[in-house]
Amino acid sequence: MSKVNRATATQSLSVSFAVGLYGIAFGAAGIAAGFSILQTCLLSLLTFSGASQFAVVGVMGAGGSALSGIATASLLGIRNTLYGLRMAPILQVRGWKKVVAAQVTIDESTGVAIGQEDLGIDAMKQGFWLTGIGVYVLWNFFTLLGALGAQAMGNPSAWGLDAAVPAAFLGLVWPRLLGSFERSLAVASLCLAIALSPFIPAGLPIILTALLAAVFGWRAR
Amino acid sequence: MSSLWLGVIGSSIALFALRYLGYLVPEKFLTNPRMLRINTLIPIALLSALVGVQTLTEKGKWVIDQRLAGVAVALIALSLKAPYFVVVISAAVTSAVLYRL
Repeated sequence: MSKVNRATATQSLSVSFAVGLYGIAFGAAGIAAGFSILQTCLLSLLTFSGASQFAVVGVMGAGGSALSGIATASLLGIRNTLYGLRMAPILQVRGWKKVVAAQVTIDESTGVAIGQEDLGIDAMKQGFWLTGIGVYVLWNFFTLLGALGAQAMGNPSAWGLDAAVPAAFLGLVWPRLLGSFERSLAVASLCLAIALSPFIPAGLPIILTALLAAVFGWRAR
Repeated sequence: MSSLWLGVIGSSIALFALRYLGYLVPEKFLTNPRMLRINTLIPIALLSALVGVQTLTEKGKWVIDQRLAGVAVALIALSLKAPYFVVVISAAVTSAVLYRL
């Protein structure tokens, strides 16, 4: 790899730190939902996709089955496939490097890489690897910290963790609510899931809102 | 194997498979405009549903408690363009204070 571009490196590291810090919130959420420290840390090490991880602990913490948790996480993770499609021709990786590249293909690594387009393909590659590995290391470190902290605290409600988890979801969805179309979908999904909750097994009300997304997305605006 | 372990391992395998798939298939797949549009909307639906269920239900029952106040404060923080961490912490503090009252 050629000399590291300073602007790319700075951007990669600041994104890594900002995103990695959220690992504390996930670590705490995992413990609050009843997962062990080991399980919470393995979710960060292996699943490594913020929204999907929060979904697993959110759905299963509310009594949903493993299948509901996995299905929700997978639906949220489909975008990573699209990122891989975008990154594959840029990275040109083979063998074990392809495995590592796939594992660190996330919103941020792809976003930073695409952001370096003007600086050339080497800067794009550097942005991808620096951000992907940077977020990976910090996200996992802070997950452990959050999990240990939450374990030490005891009762999740007494520390507000029960509200921190939905607030974390709200913070994740907020930047995506670009217009009234997206906001309508968000409100409709929220209402549908709450309305269905007493009547069908936990987890299903959440998965079913994916159908609402399909209905909304079927017609072009 | 416990259900939680199944969730941890299953989601890990699913996410890796989804990621690796992107590096295996030619780019022309999965680029149907309708599918792309639906794919950007799915996270909005699922995350909003999670906000609702985590705030207003508990064990399959509708419940209004300190969580609603916490999430309302998070909503205010977001509309004031507060950073993510402030949003989460403000919700936690609000909910914790009400819980302990």
